[in-house]
Amino acid sequence: MTDLGDYRHVVDRDRVRLERCDACGRHRVEPMPSCPWCGSTPTTAVDAAGTGRVYSWVTVHRALDDAHAVDVPYTIATVELDEGCRVFARLDAPPATVTADLAVAATFLDHDGWTELRFVPAEVAP
Amino acid sequence: MTAAVAGVGYSPFSRESGRTVLSLAREACLGAIDDAGLAVTDVDAIVSFSLNHDSVPCQAVATALALPGLRFAADLDLGGQAPCHLVGLAAMAVETGRARNVLVFRALNGRSGARVGAMEFAGGGAPFRYPIGYGAYSMYVAMWARRFLLETGHDAEDLAAVVVAQREYAAANERALRRRTVTRDEYLAEPYVVEPFRASDCTVEVDGACAVVVTSEERARDLRHRPAVVASTAYRAGPRPGLDIGDHLLWDDYTRNYTSFLREELFARAGLTPADVQVAQIYDCFSSTVLMGLEGLGLCERGGAGAFVRSGATALDGRMPMNTHGGLLAEGYLHGMNTVTEAVLQVQGRGGTRQAPHHEVAVVTSGALMDGSAMVLTRGNS
Repeated sequence: MTDLGDYRHVVDRDRVRLERCDACGRHRVEPMPSCPWCGSTPTTAVDAAGTGRVYSWVTVHRALDDAHAVDVPYTIATVELDEGCRVFARLDAPPATVTADLAVAATFLDHDGWTELRFVPAEVAP
Repeated sequence: MTAAVAGVGYSPFSRESGRTVLSLAREACLGAIDDAGLAVTDVDAIVSFSLNHDSVPCQAVATALALPGLRFAADLDLGGQAPCHLVGLAAMAVETGRARNVLVFRALNGRSGARVGAMEFAGGGAPFRYPIGYGAYSMYVAMWARRFLLETGHDAEDLAAVVVAQREYAAANERALRRRTVTRDEYLAEPYVVEPFRASDCTVEVDGACAVVVTSEERARDLRHRPAVVASTAYRAGPRPGLDIGDHLLWDDYTRNYTSFLREELFARAGLTPADVQVAQIYDCFSSTVLMGLEGLGLCERGGAGAFVRSGATALDGRMPMNTHGGLLAEGYLHGMNTVTEAVLQVQGRGGTRQAPHHEVAVVTSGALMDGSAMVLTRGNS
């Protein structure tokens, strides 16, 4: 599997840790040395609320690797968090029920050595 | 001084070449030089591109061709964004006197060797895709396609129209890997690979190489074929193109790719408008990028690309024949270099049974998502 790199820092147990630009207030999921909107460097770490909406999604019927082949079909969504930034994550919902702008909430799945951020429809969130 | 493409060359396309990439590259480059009517020693520059080291560097081809030297070279670490951009670089080298005759090539064992469809792209965005099972380029383009279809009022019928139209062309193209036509019903009956894509929405990976020679229009006039004049090229990455080739997390609008951003500059430099285009070769690693490219370039209004294709406008007897070789969907995935060579053949009037009747102005695109390039070729005088 790919090196988890910064993922383990961003998704830490049951938290999603964002970088918020001190200059323009925009949030980002991927850690980077400067703000991709305004270029300034100072940031504050903030925890995401864990809620958002589906911007787009795909349902994978043929997985790329064996680790995920057992899960097909599965859905990956581009989720726009309430903080305004996006993240890719598994959306645990029947594919036919997924719509654009569907309200979703974060769940966390523990793997060996890392925690995966997933989403479920907000209406079925625990 | 204006640059022009003088010749094209191909190796055979296959699912298993049994040859080295350098051997394929050499054959395509020699073919292009010969097609132009030049001597090998006339070449003084080479530019190319590769993904994850799936090709050979320009220096290797210079060595294989026994060139006395290179005055200009560029090896780009890019995928399908590169071909038109490289023709642009070659044209600039010619126009500024840095080179006289430039080879532009792409070569790979894309089927029997490293396959892009199963390739991991290293970079800052990788940890946010691969561990969760979001790891194929098809998935990324499908992610854009879903939103594009929804926002622009398209659906599976429109993807089907692209596939059916291009497979029709491919049936008459001996080089194409997929030569069997498909009907709308057959397409719709295919299972999904990555919904909304079925197998026929996805390019077919191939072993092979192709190349062009870029020279000055003036020199090209004295060569074997009528010049395909490089009237304009443009490269563009929109804002926040991401941390690596697959990273689209910071891209705001999945319904608009680089074509929307470079359109104005592309046509202005050529002194032409989208309405002047008579032949189009639109990058199609996946069917949806054709629809997005048609709208991004202004060849169709927003939401109108599907209806345009369904109307037959892109067929040989239509208003603007498009992807006349069957595209990457059917001819094979030479990462858009074969999209360029097909455009050259069309502009030069050498399309054979698939020659577009009107071919004074062609537009070509390279790339699918955040960044890419395009060019306008016009028919020169011999």
